[in-house]
Amino acid sequence: MVDAKHGSVKVLKAGLSTTVQDLGRPGYYHIGIPISGAMDRFALRCANMLVGNRENLAVLEAVFMGPELQFTEAATVAVTGAELPPKVNGEARETWTSFKVKKGDVLSFDYLKKGARAYIAVSGGIDVPMVLGSRSTYTLGALGGFNGRKLADGDVLNVGKGRAAKEGRSVPEKLRRMPGMPAELRMMPGLYWHRITADAGKHFLEDTWKVAPEADRIGYRFKGGRKLDFVDRVPPFGAGSDPSNIVDACYPYGSIQIPSGTEPIVLHRDAVSGGGYFMVGAVVSADMDLIGQLQPHTPTRFVAVSMAQALKARRDRAKLLDSIRNKI
Amino acid sequence: MKTRYSFGGDEHIFAECGEEMSLEAFFKSLSITTAVKNARIKGVTEICPANAGFQVKYNPDIIKPTAMLSEIKRIEKSAGKGKSEIKTRIIEIPVLYNDPWTHETLMKFRDRHQDPNSTDVEYTARINGLDGVDGFVKAHSGAPWFVSMVGFVAGLPFLYQMVERQRQIQSPKYLRPRTDTPKLTVGHGGCFGCIYSVRGAGGYQMFGITPMPIYDPNQKIKYLKDFMCLFKPGDIVKWKPIDRAEYDETVVAVEKGRFSPRMKDVKFSLEEFKKDMDGYNAKLMGALNG
Repeated sequence: MVDAKHGSVKVLKAGLSTTVQDLGRPGYYHIGIPISGAMDRFALRCANMLVGNRENLAVLEAVFMGPELQFTEAATVAVTGAELPPKVNGEARETWTSFKVKKGDVLSFDYLKKGARAYIAVSGGIDVPMVLGSRSTYTLGALGGFNGRKLADGDVLNVGKGRAAKEGRSVPEKLRRMPGMPAELRMMPGLYWHRITADAGKHFLEDTWKVAPEADRIGYRFKGGRKLDFVDRVPPFGAGSDPSNIVDACYPYGSIQIPSGTEPIVLHRDAVSGGGYFMVGAVVSADMDLIGQLQPHTPTRFVAVSMAQALKARRDRAKLLDSIRNKI
Repeated sequence: MKTRYSFGGDEHIFAECGEEMSLEAFFKSLSITTAVKNARIKGVTEICPANAGFQVKYNPDIIKPTAMLSEIKRIEKSAGKGKSEIKTRIIEIPVLYNDPWTHETLMKFRDRHQDPNSTDVEYTARINGLDGVDGFVKAHSGAPWFVSMVGFVAGLPFLYQMVERQRQIQSPKYLRPRTDTPKLTVGHGGCFGCIYSVRGAGGYQMFGITPMPIYDPNQKIKYLKDFMCLFKPGDIVKWKPIDRAEYDETVVAVEKGRFSPRMKDVKFSLEEFKKDMDGYNAKLMGALNG
């Protein structure tokens, strides 16, 4: 191991939407500030492990397209999550595997092969100021990250002090986690499930939906399933007249709202914290990471599970992370 | 009024204190969430009160979902016994009604509105039987409002007017949401008012604009130095109609660090309020201006 000097990363090209993210900012959802952080936390943890960082350090989350970065000091780098092949000075490197960069090297990326979001970890971590306990970017509130926004060409990011880990550390292929085809998202029916008819509930689970182009860190929208019918009611005072309206309430992370019964929206890390649309339930915590890797048009099914199954899925995911920790 | 509980996935407990909006449901949600906060339950990461319900986020590796639910139900029993009385603040918010900026935006999105031939204020005045714009401003700013929820986006207050139900202003959301709303727009949807803390999409009717920022992630504004969001659930808001000259002066005063909102600590009792709403509101106004 060698001591890496306190360096910086120059953003030559920012990519489509590249933000600084860590494991997020819990504790402020009650005033509308969401947790933010990596949409695929599993990939973020792996990227940090590969370069010898603590698992919660800040990395770059790049959507669909990689940035182009120049390093002012030597460092170890790893790219996980989406299959977005990295190149150092034009020479190919492996994903899910640590590699070295020297002072002056340029990291760029090939075209996206699979998934939607790549996580780029640098030994020492991306060092932007902590805001409310996190370095994550919440773009809508112009909060945290690099000046509260996605990266732009010419930005310079500081890198924290850290020891550069060895190159060639790798997460075995069978331990990497990506959504299947069609993607299956496990969800627990609940919240306002009673607002739709029994048939509508069946249709929601039977139909294959497709990820809509309007899919971002706030929420993922799905299209193509049958329109859901509602149980008749007299609108409660303050709710609004549409059958999908409720008195504005809290929105759980992963909750699935279906405005007017047409297009489900699953709220994600930059969720709006509340609003006036009914929800049929919520995606289980273990499958939230998978949503971050869905490309537009990906066929997707919602699979109803019980609390016991949701907790089992959560334990399985934790075990998977443990076995990666042991390997690295 | 029985609270309805549901799990929101494996990490949230979601509660609906009332299906319809009422001050009783709001106070119940506020008292339960305050008690849950004070109980300092291990594993709880977020406690969010809402208009007529609440949500608790927890880590199921630390506390089992069923244990979390019974703990909240236990707290609900004891929290429900206390008086509906809170210590809070009353804050005066200046508003320029019918301002040029929301006007420009509402004209741009007229095809998404119920009544393309009038403005949001004119439309809302008409469907609520109020006497034009002046009658509307009088009703909107005449009695104070409760902050019944903070959220949607950072620091955005939902407001519920402290008058009998038949006097409450109601107005539908736009037919299709707008893609733009000016920052600090005073809006209204259903029975709720709001202030848009940041610029962005929105579906509420637009009535005016305040010169006073309510969210500052950089914490440069004098009265937002302690915390970046002004509002907390339970705050009381009184609108103060202002003209364009005062609007412009206030914008400059905020920039120069010379402006602080008028704000007073007050006690609020739901029982006392319900006995004589207008009288109670007059007393609150006395406290604000005293």
